[in-house]
Amino acid sequence: MEPITAPIIDFTSLAPVLVLSVFAMMVLLVDLFIGRNKSVLVFISLVGLLCAAVSAFAKGTEIPVSSFNGAYIVDRLSIFFTMIFCMSSALAILLAVEYNKREGIRVGEYYSLILFCTVGMIVLASATDLIMIFLGIEIVSICLYVLAGIRRTDPKSNEAALKYFLLGAFATGFLLYGMTLLYGTTGSVKLATIAQLLNSGEVLAQPLMLLGVVLLVIGFGFKVAAVPFHMWAPDVYQGAPTPVTAFMAVGPKAAAFAAFYRLFAEGIPELAPTWQMTLSIVAVFSMFFGNLGAIMQTNIKRLLAFSSVSHVGYILIAVIAKDTLGSASLMFYMLSYAFMIFGIFGIIIILGRKGHENLELEHYSGLGFKHPLLALCMTMFMLSLGGMPPLAGFVAKFYIFQAALNEGFLWLVIIAVLNSAISFYYYLKVIVFMYMKEPIGEFKISLTPITLFVVAVGIIGTLELGIFPGPIIFLAQY
Amino acid sequence: MLEQYLGVAILMAISCAIAIGMVTATTLLGPKRSFPDKDEPFECGESQIVSPYQRFSVKFYLVAVLFILFDIEAVFLFPWAVLYQRLGWFGLIEMIVFLLILGVGLMYVWVRGGLDWE
Repeated sequence: MEPITAPIIDFTSLAPVLVLSVFAMMVLLVDLFIGRNKSVLVFISLVGLLCAAVSAFAKGTEIPVSSFNGAYIVDRLSIFFTMIFCMSSALAILLAVEYNKREGIRVGEYYSLILFCTVGMIVLASATDLIMIFLGIEIVSICLYVLAGIRRTDPKSNEAALKYFLLGAFATGFLLYGMTLLYGTTGSVKLATIAQLLNSGEVLAQPLMLLGVVLLVIGFGFKVAAVPFHMWAPDVYQGAPTPVTAFMAVGPKAAAFAAFYRLFAEGIPELAPTWQMTLSIVAVFSMFFGNLGAIMQTNIKRLLAFSSVSHVGYILIAVIAKDTLGSASLMFYMLSYAFMIFGIFGIIIILGRKGHENLELEHYSGLGFKHPLLALCMTMFMLSLGGMPPLAGFVAKFYIFQAALNEGFLWLVIIAVLNSAISFYYYLKVIVFMYMKEPIGEFKISLTPITLFVVAVGIIGTLELGIFPGPIIFLAQY
Repeated sequence: MLEQYLGVAILMAISCAIAIGMVTATTLLGPKRSFPDKDEPFECGESQIVSPYQRFSVKFYLVAVLFILFDIEAVFLFPWAVLYQRLGWFGLIEMIVFLLILGVGLMYVWVRGGLDWE
């Protein structure tokens, strides 16, 4: 019997994934043998994320490198997103340190789950194969289902986990069905081969293939919470513990968008006229429903959930404008969004205290007089989310609109600008509460150093990306 | 060509013989003390006539999930065992890594008390 030759394994490509997997298992095991003090886990997790971020550059300057028979790629997109993932996971862990202690969430699994989730996100951003994409989505989703319900004794957290799980499992079915149809019509799971086949005109516009694409839009639409697949978002955002909400709004969403972009722009660009139209409709609905829905909200977490739905609408425009500026603007947007969201959720955590999370907008009344610096930070984040220069949100939107204009989507840009104007209504509402209303009670906030540090990171990032976007956008462009 | 199946036939014959032999032996040798409870159709010690809407312990669920998890992962051992020699060192190292990861999971479940019934 002749021996089977071992496949070539490109360990340097996989380095961040391997490093993080090892660290995640280490956290899992260490957690078993330490007491109630989880600081060691925080330390190990942060070291792991740092190592992973560094090891993402293991390929040096020879990128893009495709490995595993065309299933995995290390290129600018994947490295940039790996950086975003490592940063957002680190911030999510830092946010949780004091929050978990305050709210009595004494589970070390939080940290290992975040790390495992990051592994999935990196896989997702580097996958160039339908099976790898599916694998990444599953790793990310399963970790998130558990994270959403990690406050086991809180009914709201349980509701969030169950809703997210049931709808998520359903959406995964759609995604998988779409992938099978794509595979069935092209005979390949590799994005490059599918693109090649489509280019040669052999399978163009087969009804089954188009059906597959629509199912993929549904599946991804759910994962990024685009209208009309966004129904889970407000409940899950509200019910999940605040650091998990922040994490969910940034990392996994960015990962899903990376795969979304790769699949549509690199796998099936030939079908662009069809999916651009579909995605445009989804984007327009996301913007309108998100913004109009947010106006009605009185709970800050629900407000941010609807606001994130509208942001999904803007980001979808970057996918629709699939040229290089499209991908660069996608990366830039996700990075600046990460800074803003973690900053805001940091402030939300600071404003709460044990048993009273103070999530209603009226709890913010008068914050501007009592804690001017905190209110100023919140104001900056809100204005940045709305897209006010010179903050990061403005530049991010600017690049997305630029990319859309390059591709000739003037009408989309007009709708998006209109929506930005609508969104200012509720972002300003928060500011009005902070500066123009009398406080309803005494502020008993928890000014804790690590959470403040996260807010500071958010502010610095928002300002830096807003005032000097040049270097980052240069890094993001191919 | 039929010789190839000789081994299978012998195996079948022996297993049939053992099965029949055991049933016959218990029928002939075993003590026979009959009482009402014993004559009832028997299912895992459950009473036969109960309301279907009764609660049962959630611990069964955990055990079942863990069993399926480790059982399915153990299935990966079979194809590896069949191709053990052809896969060589690569296969051995891969399988050791796989089992180590599986071991981490087992250890987690064990220390967390997932295997304790109480």
